[in-house]
Amino acid sequence: MTVIDRTERSDRAADAAPLLRVSGVRKSYATPQGALAVLKGVDLTLAAGESLALLGESGSGKSTLLHLIGGLDDADAGEIVLDGVRVTGMPDAERAALRREKIGIVFQQFNLVPSLTVADNLAFQARIAGRFDAAWQDELMRRLGLAALAGRYPEQLSGGQQQRVAIGRALAVKPRLLLADEPTGNLDAATGDEVLGLALDLIRRTGCGFLMVTHSTRLAARLDRQVMLASGVLVTP
Amino acid sequence: MSARTRFSRVVVVFAILVLGVWCGHVAAQGFAGLGEDAAGFAEVVPGKAITFPEDLGAHPDYRIEWWYVTANLKDAAGTPYGVQWTLFRQANTPGPQREGWASQQVWLGHAAVTTAGAHRFAETLARGGIGQAGVTAEPFQAWIDDWSFARIDGAAGLAATTLAAKGKDFSYALQLRSDRALVLHGDRGFSRKSERGQASYYYSQPFFTVAGTLTLDGRTVDVTGQAWMDREWSSQPLASDQKGWDWFSLHLPGGEKLMLFQLRGAAEAPFRSGSWIGADGAVAVLANDDIELTPGETRVMAGRRLPVHWTVEVKSRGLRIETAPLNAESWMDTIFRYWEGPISFRGSHAGVGYLEMTGYE
Amino acid sequence: MRQAYWIFATLLSHWRRHPLNLATLMVGLAIATALWSGVQALNQQARASYDRAAAVFGEAGLASIVSARGAFVAQDAYVALRRAGWKVSPVLEGSVRIGAASYRLIGVEPLTVPRGSPVSGLATGGELEAFLRAPGQTLAAPETLGELGVAEGATPSTDKGKALPPLVRDGTVAPGLLVVDIGAAQDILGRPGQLSRLIVDGDAAQPDAAALAAVAGDALRLEAAAEGGDLARLTDSFHLNLTAFGLLAFIVGLFIVHASIGLAFEQRLGTLRTMRAVGVPLRLLMAALVAEMVLAALLAGAVGMVCGYFIAAALLPDVAASLDGLYGAHVSGQLAIAPRWWASGLGMALAGALAASALSLAKVARLPVLSVAKPLAWREAQQVQLRRQGAFAVFCLVVALLAYVAGHGLIAGFVVIAGVLLGAALLLPLALSGLLSAGEGTAKQALAQWFWADTRQQLSGLSLALMALLLALSANVGVGTMVEGFRKTFTGWLDERLNAEIYFDAASAADGARIAAWLARQPQVSAVLPVWRAETRIKGWPVDVYGTRDHATYRVHFSLLSELPGAWDKVRDGEGVLVSEQLARRMGLGLGSTLAIPTGDAVWEAPVVGLYPDYGNPKGQVRVNVDHLVRHWPDARRTSYSLRTAPEQAEALIGTMQAQFGASLARVVDQASLKAASTRIFEKTFAVTGALNTLTLVVSGIALFASLLALTGLRLAQLAPVWALGVPRRRLADLEIGKLLVLAAITAVLAVPLGLVLAWCLVAIVNVQAFGWRLPFHVFPLQWVVILALALVTALLAAVIPVARLGRTAPQDLLRVFANER
Repeated sequence: MTVIDRTERSDRAADAAPLLRVSGVRKSYATPQGALAVLKGVDLTLAAGESLALLGESGSGKSTLLHLIGGLDDADAGEIVLDGVRVTGMPDAERAALRREKIGIVFQQFNLVPSLTVADNLAFQARIAGRFDAAWQDELMRRLGLAALAGRYPEQLSGGQQQRVAIGRALAVKPRLLLADEPTGNLDAATGDEVLGLALDLIRRTGCGFLMVTHSTRLAARLDRQVMLASGVLVTP
Repeated sequence: MSARTRFSRVVVVFAILVLGVWCGHVAAQGFAGLGEDAAGFAEVVPGKAITFPEDLGAHPDYRIEWWYVTANLKDAAGTPYGVQWTLFRQANTPGPQREGWASQQVWLGHAAVTTAGAHRFAETLARGGIGQAGVTAEPFQAWIDDWSFARIDGAAGLAATTLAAKGKDFSYALQLRSDRALVLHGDRGFSRKSERGQASYYYSQPFFTVAGTLTLDGRTVDVTGQAWMDREWSSQPLASDQKGWDWFSLHLPGGEKLMLFQLRGAAEAPFRSGSWIGADGAVAVLANDDIELTPGETRVMAGRRLPVHWTVEVKSRGLRIETAPLNAESWMDTIFRYWEGPISFRGSHAGVGYLEMTGYE
Repeated sequence: MRQAYWIFATLLSHWRRHPLNLATLMVGLAIATALWSGVQALNQQARASYDRAAAVFGEAGLASIVSARGAFVAQDAYVALRRAGWKVSPVLEGSVRIGAASYRLIGVEPLTVPRGSPVSGLATGGELEAFLRAPGQTLAAPETLGELGVAEGATPSTDKGKALPPLVRDGTVAPGLLVVDIGAAQDILGRPGQLSRLIVDGDAAQPDAAALAAVAGDALRLEAAAEGGDLARLTDSFHLNLTAFGLLAFIVGLFIVHASIGLAFEQRLGTLRTMRAVGVPLRLLMAALVAEMVLAALLAGAVGMVCGYFIAAALLPDVAASLDGLYGAHVSGQLAIAPRWWASGLGMALAGALAASALSLAKVARLPVLSVAKPLAWREAQQVQLRRQGAFAVFCLVVALLAYVAGHGLIAGFVVIAGVLLGAALLLPLALSGLLSAGEGTAKQALAQWFWADTRQQLSGLSLALMALLLALSANVGVGTMVEGFRKTFTGWLDERLNAEIYFDAASAADGARIAAWLARQPQVSAVLPVWRAETRIKGWPVDVYGTRDHATYRVHFSLLSELPGAWDKVRDGEGVLVSEQLARRMGLGLGSTLAIPTGDAVWEAPVVGLYPDYGNPKGQVRVNVDHLVRHWPDARRTSYSLRTAPEQAEALIGTMQAQFGASLARVVDQASLKAASTRIFEKTFAVTGALNTLTLVVSGIALFASLLALTGLRLAQLAPVWALGVPRRRLADLEIGKLLVLAAITAVLAVPLGLVLAWCLVAIVNVQAFGWRLPFHVFPLQWVVILALALVTALLAAVIPVARLGRTAPQDLLRVFANER
C-alpha cells in the first residue's frame, strides 16, 4: 500500500477533467473521549463514467466520506467539487438541490418510503427534482425486473427486490454521480452479485460516475478502480 | 289660504311620525287615515273669536298644533345666518285629556342654525302629561327639554320673548321683540284650506326684531335681524292628492311681508296662494292665478332632487324676484326629512326670508 | 409546485397505509373540538339570550343615573334633568307574576330612548302609534307568548290583578321579558311617579357628577356603564364552570391527538429522513407537515363542530332549565349558531392540532439526515424525561400555591385547580415508575420480574394516556364529590328551610289577607306565617328582602351559620336583620356590621345579627320581621304565606283551600312538591356537569386506546424475545392486558386523593367565588370504588383491540423482528 501522492492526482485530474474532485478533506466527530478524527486529509478524483470501489474496515470512515461527497454532511476542512460545483461549505437548501438533481444515493438499508408503491418509490426522487421521464421510468422498471411488482409496497418485496427499487430511484433522476453505501450488505452473495450487475449495466447506459463503499474485495473487483481508506487516508489496495 | 300650507306641513309631519313612513308614501294613504281619526277632536268652525293671551297657549282638544319661528340674522360683520325654532304638538287620540304618561299628547321640537357653510340642526321628542314639554298662555311659555320660547318677565303677550335651543354643535339665545299686533289670517283667524271644508285657526307675528347670540362649535357671535312666527291649530286632514309643497316667507322692503305657497298635486296643476301683509299689518289674500312660482337650479340631497332657486311673481303687486338659498344644503335630516333654510331675493324687490320644501322624491 | 405536490402526496400516503392511526388522530381532534365547541355553543346561546335581555335599551356601554338614596328615581327628577338639557331616558323595571311564572317587566319611553336600541326603532318604525296609544302594547318574545299560552293581542293579568297591554310578538325582545310603555309599567308595578333609573344617551355629551349635583342635589348618582346586564353577571360563574369543563375535555382530547401524531411521526421518521437524503428541502418538508396538520385540523374540526352542535343541542334543555331555575334567566331553546362560533371552534382545533404536533415538528426540524446517532438506552431517556417533567410539575404546583395564597376571584380558583391537576398529572409517571420498581423488587419469578420491568419500560409510551386518564378520573372524583356533597347538604338544608307543610301564593294582597284569616279559623292549622317580600339593590346587586313573623318554626328550624346572642329577638324587635351568606361575603359583612338597605325612598341602616346559608341563590337575601318589612316597604308583595299543620292533613287542606278560594289562590304547594321542584333544578345543573364528565372519561379512554395502538407495533421487539423463550402468544396477550390493568388501577388509586383535592378546591374556592356560599366537605368512598371499576373497564376496553392484534401476530412477524435486528 502506498499513499496516493498529490502529483499523481493532479495529473489524472488534468487529463480526465474529473467529475468529482476531493482534496484534503478532513472530518472528526465529538465523542465523550474527545474529538475523533475520521478523515485526515483525503484526496480523490473520479471521472464521468468511471466506477470506483471504496474499501475499508468497519469504522474506517468510508461511509463518512461518502456522506460528505453526497452533501449529506459537511467537511471540517478541504474541498469537494462535483461537476464544477463546490459542495463543501454549501448552504443546506443548495445541498438539498444538489442531492436531488445530480446525485443518486443507494443505502444499505434501502430506505424506501413504506407507504408508496414500487413505481412511486422509483419515481420519487425524479418527481421531487422535476425530472420525471416516463420512458426512462419504464425502462428502469423493466431492466430492474420490477415491472410485475409496480403496484406492490416495499414490505411485500424481498431484500434484493427492495434494493433494485432503491437503485432505480437513484438512477431515475439521471444523476451525474451515483453513490452506494454497502448496497449489497443486506443481501445474500448471489442476490448481491445480481443486483450489482444490474446497477453497473445501467450506470454504463447513463454514463454517470459511480462510487461504491464496500468491504467486499470480490465486489470491488468488478469496478474500474479500487481505493482503500485506512487510518483516515486513502491508499491503493 | 296660507294656513293650508302650514297645516299640511304639520299634518304630514305627524303623519310621518305616527305612521313611520316618509311623506311620499303617506300622501296617498296617510291623509285618508287621518281623516277618519279626526272624529272626536274639536272642530275648526268659522266665527270663533281668537283671543289673547288664551290662544297663545295649547289647544289640546285639537289634533294638531305648532309654534313656528324662523329668523334671518346678521352679525356685526354682515355675515348672514338663519335660525329655526319649532314646537309641534299632536294628540294621539281624542277625548278627555289624560294625566301623566297616559296623556295622549306628543311633542316634537326642531331647531336649526344655518350659515353659508353649514346647516346645523337638532331634534327632540317628548311625551305630554309629565312636564317635559308644554305651552302655557299666561305667562307665555313654550318648551321642550331645555329649548324654550317664552315671555320675558313683565312684558305683555309676545311683546318681548326669549328664544333658545341647543344641539350638539350649536346653541342660540335670542330676544324677539315686537310692539305690533298679531296678524290674523283669513276671516279673523279662521283660515279655509279647501272647498271641501278643511280649515285651521291661524295667526302670525311677522314683525319680530331680533337680537342675541349664536354659539357655533363653541364660538359665540352677536346677531341681529328679523323673525317671523306662525301659530296654527286644527283637527282636519288635507286632500289626499297632495304630494308636497313649497312655502316662502319674505321680508319685503318698507316693512311689508309676503307669504306664498304652492301645493303640488299629484295630477292637476299646483294650487297657489299667499298673503300680502302691509307695513300696517293689513292682510290681503292673494289668488291662485296672481302667483307664479318657477323652479330653477336644482340640487340632489338624500337621493332627492330639489329646486333650491326659484323665480317668484305676484302679478297684481308687480313683484318679480329671483331667490337664492344662503346654504343650498339646508336639509333637515330628522325623523321626517325636508328642506328649510334662509334665502335672499333680488329683482323688483330685494330682501331675505325663509323657504320650506317638502315631498320631493 | 409539482415538487410540493409530490412531497405532500408522499406524506399523506402514510395515512392510507395506517387508517387506524388516521382514525385516532381525526377522532381525537374531532372529540376535542366537539366538546369545546359544544360548550361554547351553549355559552353563546345563553349569552345571546342575555344580550337580548340587556339590549332592550341598547344599554351596553351606556351610563345611567340612579337614586343615591333608596331604590327609585323620582319622575320629577327626570323632567328636571331633561329640562336642564340632559339626554336621559327613563326606565322602570320590576318582576311580575303571571300564573305560575315570573317575568321581568320593563317600562321604556320610546321617544327618548337612545338611538340604536331595539326599542328606539319604535320612534321611527311603524309601531310607535300603537305602542303609545291606549291601550298600548306589551312586546314579548315568541317564546314568552308560547310560555304564557296566549296569542297576540291577549292581555293576561298579573297576580296583583293588573292587566298587561295587549301582547305583541317581537323577536328582538329576550324570552321572559315584557316591554311596555313607561306609564303602563308604573301602573302594573304600582309605582306611580317612580323610575328605576335614567339611561344616558351615549351619543350626547356625557355628564359629570358635578353637573348632576347642580341639577338634582345629592338625590341622584351617576353610574358608569355596566359590563352587562344582571343576568350576564349572575350567570358568569355558571358559564365559567362550563368553559372550564369544555377546556378540560379539549385538553384530554389533545392527549389523543398528541399520541396519534407522535405515532405517525415516529413511523414516518425513516421516510422523512429518506426524503431529506434524496434532496427534499427542509423548509418545504416542514411546510408540508404543517399543511398536513392544518388539513387534518380543519377536516376533523369541522366534523367536531357538527358533533359539538349535537352535544349542545342535547344539553341545551338541561342548561336552559338550570339557568332558568337558578337565575330566572330565560334561554331560547332553539340553538342558533353564529359564524363566530365556527371561527372559534376551528381556530381551537387548529391551535390544538399544532400544539399537539409541536414537539414532533420540532423533532423533524432538528432531524439529522443521517441516522447514525445511536438511540439512548430507554431507561436513560426516560430518566431524563422524568426529571424534566418532575421539574415542570413542581413549577405547576408552585403556581397553584401562589394563586391560592395571593390570588383572588374565580380565575385564581381555576388557576389553583389547573396547577394542581397539571402538576399531579406530570408527576404521575414518576409515581408509577416508583411503584413499579417497588413491584419489581418483590417479584421472585423471572416472568414476574420481566412483567414489572417491561411495564416500567412501557411507561414512557403510555404516560400521556395515563395522565389523561388521571385527569379524567380525578375530575370525576372531584366533581362527583362536590355534586354529592352539594346534594347532601342541599337536601338537609331544604329539610330545615322548608319546614312548613304548605306554601301558597294568593292572587293579590287582599286575597292573601282573606285566605290567611280563613286559615286562622281552621282548627287543623297551627300557624299561618306571612312570607312577604320586597326587592331592592345593594351596591347594584339585586337583593330580596323577606319579612316573616317571629315563630318557633324559624327559631327552632331555621339554622344560622353564626349569630349574635338573642338574634331572633332582635329581628322580632326590628333591631337587626339576618343576612344570607352570599350577601355577607359579597359585601364583606360580619355579625354586628351595619347593612345599608335601600328602601323605596330611603335607606334602612340595619345591624346584621345573624348569617344563614342560602345555597344556590344568585341574589342576595335579607330576612327581617314582617312588620318592619311593611314599614319600610309599604308596597311589599304580600301574597306569599307558609302554614303549619299536621303533615297528614296537608293534602286534604290543600284540596279544601282550592275549592274554597279558586282563582284567588294563585299557587299552593305542599312541602314535598316544593322540595322536589327545588331539587330538580339542581339535578338539571348537575346533569350537564355529569354529561360532560362522562364524555371526558370516554375521551380519556380513547386516548388510552390511541396510545396502546401506537405502542403495539413497537411492542413486538420487546415481546418477540419473550415469545422465543417459550411464552405462548396467548399468555403474552394476557400479560399485556394485566400490565395495562395494573397501570390503570394505580392511576385510579392516585386519582382519588387528587380528586379530593380538586373537590376541596371546588368547594372551598370556586363555589365561594362563583356563588358566594361554601359547602361542608363530605367524602363518598363508594364513589371511589365506582371510579376504580370505571378505570379498569376503560383500560380493558382500550386494550382489547391492540392486544388481540398482538395475540394474533403471526409467528413470522415475530421472527422478522430478529431478521431486522442486526
